[in-house]
Amino acid sequence: MTAGPVWVKSDRQRERERILASQGRRTTSIATASTILFVALAGVVVINSPGWPRVRDTFFDPEMFLRAAPAVAEGFLVNIKIFLIAEPLILAVGLVVALIRGTRSPALFPVRALATLYVDTFRGVPTLLVILMVGFGLPALKLQGVPADLTTLGVIALTLSYGAYVAEVFRSGIESIHPSQVAAARSLGLSHGKTLRFVVLPQAARRVVVPLLNDFVSLQKDTALVSTIGLVEALRQAQIITSQTFNYTPYLVASLLFILLTIPLARYTDHLAARARRRQGS
Amino acid sequence: MSVLTIHSLWKSFGDNVVLRGVDLEVSQHEVVSLIGASGSGKSTLLRCVNLLETPDDGTIHLDGEEITDPRADVDAVRKRFGTVFQAFNLFPHMTVMDNITLAPRQVHRVGRAQAEQEAHDLLRRFGLADKAGAYPDRLSGGQQQRVAIIRALATKPRVMLLDEVTSALDPMLVVEVLAIIRELKESGMTMILTTHEMSFCRDISDTVCFLDGGVLLEKGPPEKIFTEPEHERTRAFLSSVLESGRF
Repeated sequence: MTAGPVWVKSDRQRERERILASQGRRTTSIATASTILFVALAGVVVINSPGWPRVRDTFFDPEMFLRAAPAVAEGFLVNIKIFLIAEPLILAVGLVVALIRGTRSPALFPVRALATLYVDTFRGVPTLLVILMVGFGLPALKLQGVPADLTTLGVIALTLSYGAYVAEVFRSGIESIHPSQVAAARSLGLSHGKTLRFVVLPQAARRVVVPLLNDFVSLQKDTALVSTIGLVEALRQAQIITSQTFNYTPYLVASLLFILLTIPLARYTDHLAARARRRQGS
Repeated sequence: MSVLTIHSLWKSFGDNVVLRGVDLEVSQHEVVSLIGASGSGKSTLLRCVNLLETPDDGTIHLDGEEITDPRADVDAVRKRFGTVFQAFNLFPHMTVMDNITLAPRQVHRVGRAQAEQEAHDLLRRFGLADKAGAYPDRLSGGQQQRVAIIRALATKPRVMLLDEVTSALDPMLVVEVLAIIRELKESGMTMILTTHEMSFCRDISDTVCFLDGGVLLEKGPPEKIFTEPEHERTRAFLSSVLESGRF
């Protein structure tokens, strides 16, 4: 321990802390009261509005909810499967395309041009259109070796579409590394490739985690688009039940499942972003 | 026999001509300081020497071999220089040990055990033995710059290039970095450095070069440059340094 004066809390400081604590309690109680009042008011308004019974029966039918839940949940397993297969593929495609676009060798010019063309094309074309083209167009070619399995086709389409976005995320991450880091590595004698591998990419990877997770939250939702080529997943399953019963509660079931999947990832992304901010501040 | 020979070096960035035909020779074990105002071309000259910048004209020879030849192997040339920057430029995602051993292992093909042993010896020699496992952001500026110097030394360079290595440090930390450079001189290291620390420059240099507007205006032993400079511009620069209290 270092010697020196010892702090004895002054009366003035004790008084200040007492005032701050009472102010804090006041803030909490005001927030609680106002929230309760707001929710109660909103509830009263909704339940007393003339259309409420119809809304309740169409979207919030408990019996329908229980009837639809097992089938929709089973369909949802397909969404999760597509998501889990597509995600690593997208990361690989994105990283490879980003690296190709960063090369400078004249021999690689055609590959580089191809990578640029790919990114421009698939960022411009709506994901739904890509899914339709791959899902219906590829099998229509009747070529040998083209997969007929709808899940596979869905994964291919999503990978093509999202790979272009993720490539740009990686590229912006790579470009965000300060040139002085490259100068330091190159002046140690490291080649362009080794500089990328040991110095630039490890730092870039850390910076792109948050934007990448954002893209994956969006990918989780977009697995529902694969229903358009006839794959029976959560959305399709809900649609089937709804068309039989004219009750829309199954859609609510599907929505809840998607929300349950995306919220943890979204919160985790927020957590990582906040941590990165704290680190930068320290 | 000169280690480094710079002949009639020109460099411009757009319309801004930064070096105007600089000639310089550096012998083995010689310490050469480049002084001059900001923008006089000191840093650019260093960056041209290790080929971070491509000169517009002129030649640079290292041990008799022309490194400004477009067919020269840039990575092989840089292997023989150790460069230290004003802003340290340590790799933030690596420990001190990994920062130091990266080039020996990846460029010079030294085994991990040997590279780490040599790094430990260097860290001990410069009073940083306990920092091997630390990340750069846990070190003070002076410690970071000492690690950066060790990182450059670990490749056993022919020539050290030190670019304003104390400019980003507060006075307490300048001292510890300057002590290292003194020790390097005693060990016989050939060095080119740019600096604003005039008393240090006077103390350590064998040759002092004054650059003004991209021209190497005056060159000589420190006693001569600092006491009886030939050029009016040199005198003006030195008296402004004196006035700012940096001498």
